[in-house]
Amino acid sequence: MIEARELTKVFRDKKRGEIRAVDRVSFRCEPGRIFGLLGVNGAGKTTCLRTLATILRPSSGTASVHGYDVLRQPEKVRSHIGFLSTATALYGRLTAREMVEYFGRLQGLSEALLRERLDAIFAELDMHEFGDRRCDKLSTGMKQKVSIACTLVHDPPVMIFDEPTNGLDVLISRTVLNFIRHCRQRGKTVIFSTHVMREAEKLCDTIALIHHGAILAEGTLAQLRERAGAQDLEDVFISIVEGSR
Amino acid sequence: MSLRHIFIVYRKELLDLLRDRRTIISMIVVPVFIIPVLMTGVGGAAVKIVIKAQQQIPDVMVLGGEDSPATLAALRALRTVKLAPPSADFTNLITEKTIRAAVAIPKGFDAALQSGEPTGVQIYIYEGELRSSIGAKALESFFQDLRERTVRERMAARNVPEMLLHPLNIRQTNVAPPKKVSGNLLGSIIPYLIILMCMTGALYPAVDLTAGEKERGTMETLLCSPVARTDLVLGKCAMVLTASLVTTLLSLGSTGASFMLAKKMAAGMAGGGELPLTMDVSSLAAVFVMMLPVAIFFSATMLAIGLFSRSSKEAQSYLQPLLILTILPAVASLLPGVELNYRLSLIPVLNVSLVCKEILSGTFHWNYIALIFASTCVYAFAALSVAVALFKRESVLFRT
Repeated sequence: MIEARELTKVFRDKKRGEIRAVDRVSFRCEPGRIFGLLGVNGAGKTTCLRTLATILRPSSGTASVHGYDVLRQPEKVRSHIGFLSTATALYGRLTAREMVEYFGRLQGLSEALLRERLDAIFAELDMHEFGDRRCDKLSTGMKQKVSIACTLVHDPPVMIFDEPTNGLDVLISRTVLNFIRHCRQRGKTVIFSTHVMREAEKLCDTIALIHHGAILAEGTLAQLRERAGAQDLEDVFISIVEGSR
Repeated sequence: MSLRHIFIVYRKELLDLLRDRRTIISMIVVPVFIIPVLMTGVGGAAVKIVIKAQQQIPDVMVLGGEDSPATLAALRALRTVKLAPPSADFTNLITEKTIRAAVAIPKGFDAALQSGEPTGVQIYIYEGELRSSIGAKALESFFQDLRERTVRERMAARNVPEMLLHPLNIRQTNVAPPKKVSGNLLGSIIPYLIILMCMTGALYPAVDLTAGEKERGTMETLLCSPVARTDLVLGKCAMVLTASLVTTLLSLGSTGASFMLAKKMAAGMAGGGELPLTMDVSSLAAVFVMMLPVAIFFSATMLAIGLFSRSSKEAQSYLQPLLILTILPAVASLLPGVELNYRLSLIPVLNVSLVCKEILSGTFHWNYIALIFASTCVYAFAALSVAVALFKRESVLFRT
């Protein structure tokens, strides 16, 4: 479960002054459901997810992830989440196996459990073939599988996906989206950010439309359609964004 | 703070960096090959050049002296110089290195020597040119012999005992043991080299583990792990320190081996016995102990600079001034008259450089050693604290 309460993140820039990247955002993500953060580039999706993952500290407000407070228990939060984005890169000089082992150890897994988890994940993601190959020699699809394996190694109850299909081709995107669905089936709490309307439409149980750091609307796809009086999600999005001005 | 986490980070960074050719070059190849090349290669080449120049007979010119056949004949008989035909353009010939030196003999030189009238010769040289100074030295030595012979003849003619000229003798005897002689000769340059190597060893890993990680996008991956930021910095710093210490240790070993080799080479080239220079393992070990806090200081400082930088390129541009700042106090310790005192004991780098010089000459000033070790530990701790503080700042971690 993720619960954000008036979550705010303000950056101070010498040239641009105060930037409210996330503005009093509140929402709730339930286990076994996919919560989508839909917004254009620069809407505040990444900052919001980074704050939930405790990579950034909120300026005000707070959030709890799997019952742990992001301000008071950041390390506990990080040990209960899997964070995946296209920006999270791999160590090129490590092999796929070493990479997953490293993150498993950092998550505090014992060597026996790590071996067990590694075998299971490698079989599930069909990674045995390239497990001993260096990450800088892997294809984009293989790299994405390694990233997924790193986020899954400790079997976290909460998964955070920050535009995980950004820049990926259709086949790799499909693998990633299937993996996200699989997480829902396993009863994990999933939060997923995207600017691709079709992905949100296909995947999310609840969608929050985020614009200029603030959530403009939240609900199921049917609820959002009803509110905007439009069928296509793109039209729904434009209608709600324009209505907020 | 979790030692387990620090060790996991350290082990991964070690594995990662050992697979990087650039780290191997800066950590192993540079100390193992550069120091021997500097100490034996460059030193040996310099000795060879001097010996070769000494073996070659320089061309010199005699200007005038037509009315002094005895002097001219004696000069022609010299085996240490070869006479070139006289020319009015002798200055250009010297500067163009066609001839190495010239001597002007005034009119009536032999006659003046005979009659006892004052006279003199003028030697022309190319200042600072090795073979010119060898040629000039040969001419000077010839005329000094001639002067002494003339004095002896004149004194004999007047029945004056020769010993009147030598009322007292001056002799110098070295009482310092070979270790102290070595320490004085090499004690400045060796700490300078070791400090430089200690820094060089830390430089590349410090940049790669911080700015390099930001550049490659792996920093965010790492920050998603539950490991405390302090543990991440300490794990990374331990790796940079390892690289720095390995480089220092290899530099010290390589220095010791090169020193022994250079000593043998110099003795062989000089054609004589062993030179009165020595260096023992205990002094080198003491230097290594003194370098420990320096290596931590360098590692943490460079880690902090690397963290602050947006990219490896930016980090390198910040580290260049640091390199100069480090070289300056190390060079200051080479200056004559700069001796260890309580004030200098607090200046980072210079203090270690000076105390290592003393240690290498076998002098252990325990009060200075304790003060310098403690003060360097304080600087190292301060640098490490800055690195940890920077790693906790979002504005630094996400500075793009």
